[in-house]
Amino acid sequence: MTARTSPFRRFGRVLLYVTMIVAAAGIMLPFAWMVISSLKLNNQVFTAPVQWIPDPVQWRNYVDIWVKADMVTWVRNTLVVSVAVTFLQVLTGSFAAYGFAKMRFPGRDVLFLLYIGTIAVPWQSYMIPQFQMLSSWGLNNTLWAIMLLQAFGAFGVFLMKQYYESIPDSLSEAARIDGLSEYGIWWRIIIPLSVPALASLTIITFVQTWNDYLGPLIYLRERPLWTIQLGLQSFIGEYNAEHALIMTGSVLSVLPIALIFLLGQRYFVQGIATTGVKG
Amino acid sequence: MTTPVVGNQRTLGFSQPEPPPPLRKPRTSLKVRNALIGWTFILPNFLGFAVLTLTPVITLFYMSLTDWNIFGTADWVGLDNFARLFGDKSFHIALGNTLYYAALHIPITIIVSLALALLLNQKLRGAAFFRTVAFFPYITSIVAVAVVWNMLFSPEFGPINQFLGMFVGGDLPGWTVSKDWAMPAVIIVGTWKDMGYYMLLFLAGLQTVPTELHEAARIDGAGAWQRFWNVTLPCLRPTMFFVTVMVTIQSLKVFDLILVMTDGGPGQATLVLSQYIFQKGFEQFQFGYASAVAVVLFLICILVTVVQFLYNKRRDA
Repeated sequence: MTARTSPFRRFGRVLLYVTMIVAAAGIMLPFAWMVISSLKLNNQVFTAPVQWIPDPVQWRNYVDIWVKADMVTWVRNTLVVSVAVTFLQVLTGSFAAYGFAKMRFPGRDVLFLLYIGTIAVPWQSYMIPQFQMLSSWGLNNTLWAIMLLQAFGAFGVFLMKQYYESIPDSLSEAARIDGLSEYGIWWRIIIPLSVPALASLTIITFVQTWNDYLGPLIYLRERPLWTIQLGLQSFIGEYNAEHALIMTGSVLSVLPIALIFLLGQRYFVQGIATTGVKG
Repeated sequence: MTTPVVGNQRTLGFSQPEPPPPLRKPRTSLKVRNALIGWTFILPNFLGFAVLTLTPVITLFYMSLTDWNIFGTADWVGLDNFARLFGDKSFHIALGNTLYYAALHIPITIIVSLALALLLNQKLRGAAFFRTVAFFPYITSIVAVAVVWNMLFSPEFGPINQFLGMFVGGDLPGWTVSKDWAMPAVIIVGTWKDMGYYMLLFLAGLQTVPTELHEAARIDGAGAWQRFWNVTLPCLRPTMFFVTVMVTIQSLKVFDLILVMTDGGPGQATLVLSQYIFQKGFEQFQFGYASAVAVVLFLICILVTVVQFLYNKRRDA
């Protein structure tokens, strides 16, 4: 307590605050610029000095973009894929995690090692054989390809396993003695207890799929199948001089994610922290 | 008379003491049953994982030994693809650029994200807000982020060079349109985007550092720097290991950031391994040769991870 009142200490605190505020402003600058530019006339985007307040404010951009770009299709495709992937990932991930965390049987640890091993294997290294395989099944140029690509990741298994291990075994033991089957224990005991972890996994998976650019780039060649990221990228290429409109599109592509993030921040942070602590 | 079976096999022993059940058979069948149930839990995810990840990884090695063209006919060529890598200038450039990116991105990201985590750990007012801000770039899509940064970096009218122009006279960096500055520009954006994620990992790690150790060090007269170096860092070892492995792999596989920011350019100034695989495979349809490049990327990632793992084990011992 005495330490806090000393002037030297106080100066240190002030310095920390200044650092924090400057860092925050620096980190957010690109987003601020994005939003500001999206409300400008096109020829106002690059000016010297930078015009920080748009005048006049061009709300029109947010109307025009729906006409010039096929946003509705892109958002619909992205939603379909993201919801399907999230559902599959959460379901199979939490199911598998129960096997890894709460049951003992031969082969379990070897299997889990396989999962861990893939952390060190970048998708970029096996995207070609994967593409060949999915193409030979006729899934090239379908949304199915993107769903399959993302739905069975190891991340969901890690996250849920980590969380299940924090639930005391005595609970499932007691349920077992009471005659509940393993599936019953998973569904009636473990799932209700792991809502925070399920929320984390749901949010993280959804955001990841929404933002994915490479998967759709390789598999979705036809315009009607494009996701928001592919659409935005092609829009940037097509209207490359329409800086303000490009920024409008960018804002729209980030907005849903920003909202989800702000609402479910806690789960994001917890999810990442749980997978990271034990490594 | 048949006794009604109550509960599962485990409870059977309690309700039926007589006659004594043969010990071995039920045990093994219980084990088998248990294993089967365990497998059913894992199977739905594992099937997808095995088919979509493990199979392609194994096929990769076969493909790299063939001349696999767009028609899907594979001719066995042995190690020819790998021999070709030695004379391929573009491959050398891609490999060099990947290592360049990694050599800067890994240490900068670790230092910056650790610094942010330490700052947040000071229990300042507004820390929660700052955490949100620092993590935000990580969850935004690469396409939107890249186009904004490209505008910010615009050499003549971009805000960054306008800002720099207030302090430095003469030539300002050309950023993404200059051969020398394109890679630093990409590294800046990469670090800005990723640091929030690693900051969270470090922050979680910092919570495990016992406060008594800090107190004891303080009483012994250790300064802030000494406490950081001798208490915090050693306690953060497991987190540091995990973060290092993740950042390293992430740097070696860097792709979408570069694809949308510079497309490997100008010239081949930012061409990286992942993009070279993409070009050879999906643009020139040389699947066999692209797979050979992919095997190189695969082996580098595995090798680096194993080395880091062994190093960590040795320090642990």
